[in-house]
Amino acid sequence: VKELFSSLGVDCNILELDQLDDGIRVQEMLTEITNQKTVPNIFVNRVHVGGCDRTFQEAAILGKRVLVLDFVVPSPQGTSWGLGGTCVNVGCIPKKLMHQAALLGQALQDSRKFGWEYNQQVKHNWSTLTEAIQNHIGSLNWSYRLSLREKGVTYVNAYGEFVDHHKIKIQQLERGSPGKLKVWAKSTEGPETMEEVYNTVLLAIGRDSCTRKLGLEKIGVKINEKNGKIPVNDTEQTNVPHVYAIGDVLEGKPELTPVAIQAGKLLARRLFGASSEKCDYMSVPTAVFTPLEYGCCGLSEEKAIEVYKKENLEVYHTLFWPLEWTIAGRDNNTCYAKIICHKPDSDRVIGFHILGPNAGEITQGFAAAMKCGLTKQLLDDTIGIHPTCGEVFTTLEITKSSGLDITQKGCG
Amino acid sequence: MAAMAAVLRGPGRRFRWRTQALAGGVRGAARGVAAAQLGRKVAVVDYVEPSPQGTKWGLGGTCVNVGCIPKKLMHQAALLGGMIQDAHHYGWEVAQPIRHDWRKMAEAVQNHVKSLNWGHRVQLQDRKVKYFNIKASFINEHTVCGIAKSGKETLLSADHIVIATGGRPRYPTHIEGALEYAITSDDIFWLKESPGKTLVVGASYVALECAGFLTGIGLDTTVMMRSIPLRGFDQQMSSLVMEHMESHGTQFLKGCIPTCIKRLPDGQLQVTWEDRTSGKKDTGIFDTVLWAIGRIPETRNLNLKEVGVNINPENQKIIVDAQDVTSVPHIYAIGDVAEGRPELTPTAIMAGKLLAQRLFGQSSDLMDYNNVPTTVFTPLEYGCVGLSEEEAVARHGQEHIEVYHAYYKPLEFTVAERDASQCYIKMVCLKKPPQLVLGLHFLGPNAGEVTQGFALGIKCGASYAQVMRTVGIHPTCSEEVVKLRISKRSGLDPTVTGC
Repeated sequence: VKELFSSLGVDCNILELDQLDDGIRVQEMLTEITNQKTVPNIFVNRVHVGGCDRTFQEAAILGKRVLVLDFVVPSPQGTSWGLGGTCVNVGCIPKKLMHQAALLGQALQDSRKFGWEYNQQVKHNWSTLTEAIQNHIGSLNWSYRLSLREKGVTYVNAYGEFVDHHKIKIQQLERGSPGKLKVWAKSTEGPETMEEVYNTVLLAIGRDSCTRKLGLEKIGVKINEKNGKIPVNDTEQTNVPHVYAIGDVLEGKPELTPVAIQAGKLLARRLFGASSEKCDYMSVPTAVFTPLEYGCCGLSEEKAIEVYKKENLEVYHTLFWPLEWTIAGRDNNTCYAKIICHKPDSDRVIGFHILGPNAGEITQGFAAAMKCGLTKQLLDDTIGIHPTCGEVFTTLEITKSSGLDITQKGCG
Repeated sequence: MAAMAAVLRGPGRRFRWRTQALAGGVRGAARGVAAAQLGRKVAVVDYVEPSPQGTKWGLGGTCVNVGCIPKKLMHQAALLGGMIQDAHHYGWEVAQPIRHDWRKMAEAVQNHVKSLNWGHRVQLQDRKVKYFNIKASFINEHTVCGIAKSGKETLLSADHIVIATGGRPRYPTHIEGALEYAITSDDIFWLKESPGKTLVVGASYVALECAGFLTGIGLDTTVMMRSIPLRGFDQQMSSLVMEHMESHGTQFLKGCIPTCIKRLPDGQLQVTWEDRTSGKKDTGIFDTVLWAIGRIPETRNLNLKEVGVNINPENQKIIVDAQDVTSVPHIYAIGDVAEGRPELTPTAIMAGKLLAQRLFGQSSDLMDYNNVPTTVFTPLEYGCVGLSEEEAVARHGQEHIEVYHAYYKPLEFTVAERDASQCYIKMVCLKKPPQLVLGLHFLGPNAGEVTQGFALGIKCGASYAQVMRTVGIHPTCSEEVVKLRISKRSGLDPTVTGC
């Protein structure tokens, strides 16, 4: 620890307890204040940090020399953005906010059934929405820059490039925002063709890794030529020992923000913090924020059958009707919950799936439970919180194999 | 209200039943249905004594008629009001004026509740459970006598009798005008007209939830509390719940107790109260006064003493053992009426099902009443499972627990420019590695949905380490639970920043 501080150029006050007359009393006081009996016992700016391990971890935050290179290549349409990556600028954040705008439209409709009265004429203003969202994103960009600065991280713009291919033909009929585009497309299954005019065509046919123009070949870092992804071992090391990769560029790992963040944190701790904890990529929960949200953790039914064989699985499922949908007059057989249990292993829950409102909020806790070895029995033994959607998992009875009807007839 | 589930005995004998349950609403119905499914002859006896204001309702018990269901629907109505406000930030153009019509909401809620009453009746019928809408009490250990509205008497005897009569709101009968002029949760959900300017007396979750949705739909609402909010819940969380309500339009009269209610010539109510600290008296005028000062079990009119079923004289609840058996071997009690049980619908339902299985299904499974999760549906919802911080400290000692906490901001609040000051999470753990999670407390939107899965985690014996190894779902509020890093002990700022 003394070496660490010295290498960071940090002045510290060192108390050698075995050289003090009242060293034992000091150690007793320390135990009382900090609940730590051992030495070294470290305080920084009057705040108790801990012992050796903890200090090394914090050192990663306290002062390793770090450089961040980030550059946003404008999209073909010319869109660019600030610091923060996909999630903040063109992913999770704006996506969820626009999703919320849409949900609020639905809420406006529901509200009338709950007694709210206002003019029937309700319109949506796109630019109000985008301005509000972009302001929020701007504040996040700013806070990241501040954060980097505060932690003494150097931030430099670096240049990268990637290309895209389209398999449909699009002709611009009219310029403008929005303009008019004529689209010709053909079916992938038959001879049918279609022709339609749209204001906007949005391609969402997958994402490519930004690895081709990094000069990786110059330093010998292997990538998967087909998809540009970088294969790594379980400590995120590439084939070149001092080069690591995390996040969406990784081969075979979920393309999710929290996974990338977790991997990065753990990597820093392993490199500089005397930790050996690896990132656990198994059973990563996620949610698809479609109008009807879908939350899941673990295996899909198809994958479970593939891995464990159908006879070793029991699938419990049910349709359910959120209470708030009753008065709103929304359908009672749309929301759906399903768990996949591995019979030979005490009916361990290996797949969790929910289709319904707030699916992300519901799924998170169950993901933690699955990490702790959730079984069907434990679900049955747990009391539900009433009235919620999540409680449906504590009362699952009907199996797919029974073929019994799961349609709801209305009652709670 | 007395609802019973009775299991019928013997073929051909009309009024002889194998098991009969005096069951309240959901519990009794669940119990009855469960027993019937196991091949027994069952009867359910249910009766709703009208409230002092004359309110009554159908089959289904408190939860369905005057509890969870109408409460959550009215809470939703209030939340939707907030969403209409949010909507304009998100680009929706909604013209003023925006107002709320109580009658429309009440009718919709009441219709839904009635459809549930109907659903329960159909369910009982489908399972061949006999339903008696009569007010019953014990004649002897195996027989109850029920009186129908018409005055007709029915005798029912059974091998097993389950009491699940639940409870009713308490009235402060020593306060002048309390019974004649004020209402309770029994009445609020059935009002045809808006309650208008309302005084809610009490600090229970019933008081705060009602005051919450009344404020949310635009009514002038005041809560009068004798002392602390949400007694029995984690007090730090309870203060934050109250703080949120205060900063969002609910008025609070703290440390006050009402002394009398008078009706004025124009129909409004004049309430006089006393400030307990200063001794000062004050008065106010309200359209409605709602008592939410606790509930008392429905045991007074069952004639329990006659048959030797013991109750706790302090709270009038029926004393039961771990198998839900009362002091009389074949008489059982479940739900709110039983001593030492959490007063929650799902626990009552599960207790009923397990009891039926133990009696007739060769099971010996008992209820586990530990770590029962629950949620208070105040304007900012509070979900919790396990120990409060105070309980953890009392049980293990301050030095043996570690509390991780965070103030966070739901993404949806940003664009909506909503105040997130009280959005807060805390996880109470044992300090010793692996740091077993003793309790989780979540204050924020959709708290019930967030808490349910973590309750499962706690049931699986989750440790802090395991929760932290769980990857978050982004962007949600619940992911903040698996990102808790700052301990109270460290003294560091627990405000979450950035992504």
